[in-house]
Amino acid sequence: MSVLVYTESENGKFRKNALEVASYGSEVARLLGSSATALSINNENPSQLGDYGIASVLEVTDEALDPFNANAYAQLVADAAAQAGAKVVILSSSADAKFMAGLLAGKLKAGYVPNVVGLPESTSPLVVRRTAFSNKGFANTKILTDIKIIGLSKNAFGVVENKVEAKVEAFSASLDSSLFSTASVEVDKVVGKATIADADIVVSGGRGLKGPENWGMIEELADVLGAATACSKPVSDLGWRPHSEHVGQTGKPVASNLYIAIGISGAIQHLAGVNAAKTKVVINIDPEAPFFKAADYGIVGDAFEVVPELIEKLKEFKAQNA
Amino acid sequence: MKILVCISNVPDTTSKINFTDDNSRFDTSGVQFVINPNDEFGLTRAMWFKEKGGATVHVATVGEATTEPTIRKALAIGADEAIRVDAEPTDGFFVATQLAEVVKQGGYDLVICGRESIDYNGGMVPGIMASLLGMNFVNTCIGLEADGDQATAVREIDGGKETLRTTLPLIIAGQKRLVEESDLKIPNMRGIMMARQKKLNVVPPVEASPASEDLRFEKPAPKGAVTLVDATQVGELVRLLHSEAKVI
Ligand SMILES: Cc1cc2nc3c(=O)[nH]c(=O)nc-3n(C[C@H](O)[C@H](O)[C@H](O)COP(=O)(O)OP(=O)(O)OC[C@H]3O[C@@H](n4cnc5c(N)ncnc54)[C@H](O)[C@@H]3O)c2cc1C
Ligand SMILES: Nc1ncnc2c1ncn2[C@@H]1O[C@H](COP(=O)(O)O)[C@@H](O)[C@H]1O
Repeated sequence: MSVLVYTESENGKFRKNALEVASYGSEVARLLGSSATALSINNENPSQLGDYGIASVLEVTDEALDPFNANAYAQLVADAAAQAGAKVVILSSSADAKFMAGLLAGKLKAGYVPNVVGLPESTSPLVVRRTAFSNKGFANTKILTDIKIIGLSKNAFGVVENKVEAKVEAFSASLDSSLFSTASVEVDKVVGKATIADADIVVSGGRGLKGPENWGMIEELADVLGAATACSKPVSDLGWRPHSEHVGQTGKPVASNLYIAIGISGAIQHLAGVNAAKTKVVINIDPEAPFFKAADYGIVGDAFEVVPELIEKLKEFKAQNA
Repeated sequence: MKILVCISNVPDTTSKINFTDDNSRFDTSGVQFVINPNDEFGLTRAMWFKEKGGATVHVATVGEATTEPTIRKALAIGADEAIRVDAEPTDGFFVATQLAEVVKQGGYDLVICGRESIDYNGGMVPGIMASLLGMNFVNTCIGLEADGDQATAVREIDGGKETLRTTLPLIIAGQKRLVEESDLKIPNMRGIMMARQKKLNVVPPVEASPASEDLRFEKPAPKGAVTLVDATQVGELVRLLHSEAKVI
């Protein structure tokens, strides 16, 4: 059962999730006693995937494929899977990958399991472990179809170096113009700032911060840590912060290595969306705040005193470890 | 314009999650079921098309008779008619196949789903449907305008948003921001009374097999106690994050 890994690039470079799915895919292939092929689209240096155990890369260069187009990409992945004879297709959990996943599953008549948190529990039959019920449970799911699609949760496997020589082969699929019937008109994206989807660290503020004018220290803390900023639902509902920063069950999911919640009570719907973060820190003035039950580290204290102090200490730490 | 809103019947967000039958099934006892929050945004957007442009709005669910209160709620909010495909929603592929059949039979111009069901978090039904039906599709949709058969949709992407041009027939998967939260429709007394008169068509499922099967569920391991750091010792937190958690 050979494996196809779909790797994502942005501005010609691999996104971190691409390196993670490559690492994961080559290990899954090893477990299956097979090899992994990666599909790379508009990347400057596809052979880099060899550093993560990928021995074979199908390289596509096509201006029509920039920006991302879910239908066309799904067709390309399906064609690449056929070319590689792949029975297992691996995707990340990015917005683009999740957009494509259902379309691809339909095309390949494949069972798709999203939010997978580790290597398969068994390979024959293929059983994977995934989160369900918004991180309030796990499921072991068996994929019943001939072709199987795995959607890997962010940070579930990590980026693992395993150097092999990658053979890069040009690949092109015949992309009918009808595949582009839904087309991008405008992409509006923050540049030069960590995003909740990609960041290793997320710093998040809640209603305890009293008002939008107090976000300066949150941004400074995020800046020192190279983190993305996020917020609780009421904070975005009140218009203190943009909606795109809202995290939780009905907002963006967080699966970073570190999540720092400041002035956030830890309501069940908030936790459901951030529980996948590896290490959680809470700073809250109320020792009874439910977030203390979900966190790894906590400080009971006033954010307006603790956060500036934390920024100072982190700057000192960085200066010493630079 | 004829709109279908696909509604999944899910446990309320505050539900405690437990499993039963040797951890092979979700335990529904004591659980309050609601319209999937992502679908609520879509239903409200559909009502807007109805009020502004005279669209007809149907709602569909794949589920057993126990899902009817949730469908009635959608009718009370203002949908004109409901369809229940009488089957257990075993997996995303099965559900998508059933709903695709409903779309074929009903000839809808616009199908509104949600980004994901908050129970099984599949996030796949609308995409699979689009693929089976060859319809245009926009995921994580946070804005939708339609004029004749031309549509403009906005979707959320990692780190921002993207505007897309497309045409009907179209399937979208909506989420928060598709409509303002304050505009979300809730049933009023008149709506509830009227809903009783509306048609709820129960149809048998078409032949389809699931593509995956949940064998066993498990709750997350209980969390260890939080390590508290004194508010006057903030440097200690930095040390712990570096040398213990190894995250900075
Ligand atoms: C269907 C549904 C879906 C929802 N989805 C989400 C979701 O996706 N994401 C989400 O976040 N919420 C969601 N919610 C809302 C959720 O229930 C809570 O209302 C919300 O998370 C509370 O936000 P908060 O913690 O910022 O505010 P509060 O609950 O008001 O908490 C503020 C906290 O700040 C602390 N505080 C006050 N002053 C200070 C200070 N000086 N220093 C330090 N701490 C201080 C307080 O002790 C308190 O714990 C949802 C609700 C529903 C019903
Ligand atoms: N059983 C169902 N009946 C009707 N619609 C459903 C059902 N399951 C999922 N959907 C629709 O598909 C969307 C995504 O669901 P899912 O793929 O299950 O995460 C939901 O928001 C609904 O709009």
